[in-house]
This record gives sequence, structure tokens and C-alpha cells, in this order.
Amino acid sequence: MNYQAPLSLDAAVDILAGASGECRVLAGGTDLLVRMHSDMVDPETVLDIKRIDGMRSITEEDGGWRIGAAVSGAQMGEYEALSAAWPGVVEAAGLIGSTQIQGRATMAGNLCNASPAADSVPAMVAAGAQARIVGPEGVRDVAVEDVPVSPGKTSLKPGELVASIYLPARPARTGDAYLRFIPRTEMDIAVVGCGICLTLDESGTCTAARVALGAVAPTVILVPEAAEAIIGTKLDDAAMQALAAAASAAAKPIDDKRGTAEYRVHMAGVLARRAAAIAKSRAEGAK
Amino acid sequence: MSKIHVTTKINGDTQEYLCDPEETLLDVLRDRLGLTGSKEGCGTGDCGACSVTLDGRLVCSCLVLGAEADGAEIETIEGMAHGEQLHPLQRHFIDHAALQCGICTPGILVAAKSLLEKNPDPTEEEARYWLAGNLCRCTGYDKIIRAVLAAAADMREAR
Repeated sequence: MNYQAPLSLDAAVDILAGASGECRVLAGGTDLLVRMHSDMVDPETVLDIKRIDGMRSITEEDGGWRIGAAVSGAQMGEYEALSAAWPGVVEAAGLIGSTQIQGRATMAGNLCNASPAADSVPAMVAAGAQARIVGPEGVRDVAVEDVPVSPGKTSLKPGELVASIYLPARPARTGDAYLRFIPRTEMDIAVVGCGICLTLDESGTCTAARVALGAVAPTVILVPEAAEAIIGTKLDDAAMQALAAAASAAAKPIDDKRGTAEYRVHMAGVLARRAAAIAKSRAEGAK
Repeated sequence: MSKIHVTTKINGDTQEYLCDPEETLLDVLRDRLGLTGSKEGCGTGDCGACSVTLDGRLVCSCLVLGAEADGAEIETIEGMAHGEQLHPLQRHFIDHAALQCGICTPGILVAAKSLLEKNPDPTEEEARYWLAGNLCRCTGYDKIIRAVLAAAADMREAR
């Protein structure tokens, strides 16, 4: 194996695009090193992106936040303005692993692993986050929901890497939330996850919403029907029931050791309702 | 494959080493530098026995490559006591019998120290959540948590 730690994105792309064998990008390493130890991957080159300018920083941009690909969950949690604007995203990233894992694990890595159960991904999708992808053809910004294509596979082309995640400016009277179900209190993989972002008008009517589900399909999914169930309503009981029904209807899970398909379908609706209630209270100004 | 030359600071002292690209920081600490206080429990970031701080951040050294530590500052369990003078956490772990086999203890001490630097007055719940990534198969955790909270109280008084 060969270890490379370039100082620029251009150099990183050259290494990635020019590699003859398997080249893996190293940010936090909390998945890559585990896979290397267990011989699931045996890269010829490990490309450490942490010495590249901007990879470890959070910067304000057009009212939103650009989060470098190597920014850890712990770092996000300490950034107060980001936590205040997008609490659902920051909490979702903060659910991943232990304190030690939080010291290294990144949202870009969570996205590129393309696990359907990735906690930060439904929250990012709900928030309308974009991934900035850099490659031999240049730079492109892609909606986060378009990055994973199947378990473990992304839409990134050879030689491309995710350089940052962009969270847009949060519109007025907007709140987001992410909830997951796990059978213990923490340090587990989502049986079902749900991220919701919604905007209210001055009368409390929902004018925009995005609902994303994790662990109920081969990828995290955006569920427009669930958003439509609450847009135009005041999130009363009937709207919440319609939201839950739409989320359950969109869930196409499998049975596995973490839960049955039937249970996941039900929980998708329950979590959507609960996450919507939190997002609503945040949109109304709750901390 | 040629080795990588790394310059780092460990427990305040500049250290240089040569390592293989796939070698973890834990391997380097234990096998090249003789700092065997950090333990390998699982090697997959689940147990926390290899906990160290890397530029002030608590991490599992089994999930860091030795090569990544170039230019970094690392603190390990070996830097915790000053000569014969034990850190308050170490004293309270002894006083509370907060260990049995001891394999997890260095990692828990490093993690607890990192907690108290960030939050000198943690609640029991905060301490339990912070230390959830440090597994102990002997003690049932209660004595560990009591020792951490007692050390925290002592350290606050000493300020």
C-alpha cells in the first residue's frame, strides 16, 4: 500500500484519476480503516485529503455553510451558528458512533459509504444539501440524494471525490429534525431513520417540506408524497396521519437482523410524524 | 515499499519514527515507540481501549494511520501521571476499585480526562454518554463512573 497526502485538490484528483489500482479516499477513516483491517478492501493507494486547504473547515457562504469533507461530527457540534441553523443535520451526524468516532467521522464519508442506514444522509437530504464533487472534468454540485445509487455504490465517476457538503441558508420559519430508531440508547445502526425539514408561513401553514427516509430502501430516499401530505396544512392530526401513511407507503424495506420489513414500514410513519413535530416546533422558534 | 518518515509530538516530546503506510497509530505507539499503555481490544473502533487524543480530539488510535500523525500532537496514557504523582482520575480509579483486569483502563482514563477538560462538571448521564465508546467487560461501569465524578469534584476544588 502507498499513502499519499496531497496539499491541493488538483493534486488529489491527479492521484485518484491516475491510480492504476484501487485508490481509496481517507477522511476520518472510521469506515475505511475498519474495512482494511477486516480485509474487505485492500487499496493500492490511500489518499488522505486532510492536508488540503478547506477540507477541515466550516465556512459561511451565501448565508449557508460549506463543510469540508474532512470536518468531524465533533467539530460540527461545536460550531454554534451551524447547530442553531440546522440542528437536525448536526444531531444526525452526532448520532454516529462514540465520542472517539465523532472525533474523526465525517458527513462526506457517511455519504460516500452509501449505506442506506447512514444517519446524516436523510437529514442532509431533507435540508436540501449539495455535495461538491471534484474530478478530472472539473467541479460539479450535486443534490445529496443523487450521490448514493445502491448499497455501497455512488454516482461518483472514476477520479472524482466529494470535497465538501453545502448546507443552504435556512429560510425564515424553517426547522429540521432527524430521528432514528435503534433498539438501544446509542451506538447502533438505524433500523429506520427519518429527516424532515419544513417551512411555515406567518399563520403557521406549512409552505414547503422535504421528507427523507433511511434504512427502508437500497438508498436513502426523498419522499415527495410525504412532503405533499403536510404542505398547505397546519400540521394538524389529520395532516400528521397523512404524512405517516405516505412515509409508510414509500418505505420498501427488507427483513434483516435489525428489524422486519413490516416493522420498518410502520416505524417509517411513526418517525415521520415525530420528526415533523420537532421540525415544526423549531420552525416556530423553539431551540 | 519504502517507509514513511513522521515527526510528531507525543506527550509533549518531539518524536520521529518510520512506519509502513498501512500501520496504525496504535501499532506505532506500541510496537515502534514502546508505549504499550494503549491497548488493542477490537481493532475496529468499537471498544476504546486504544483511546488517545490527536490534536486535542479523542480518537481511537486503531483507526488512525501512523502516517497521518505527521505534525500532530498526541497524548497517551503514558503522559497522564507526572512521575510518581498520579492524575486525580488515576487516584480515584484506585480508591474506587474502578478496574479489574485493567485492559480497558488506560483508554477510559484518557477518555475521562478529555471529558473533564471539556466539561469539568459533568452529570452522571453526560459522563456515561461520553464514555459509551469505552467498553469494560469486568466492572459493570458503576465504579468507573463514580471514580470519574469523584475525580471531577476533586479537580474542581483544586482550581
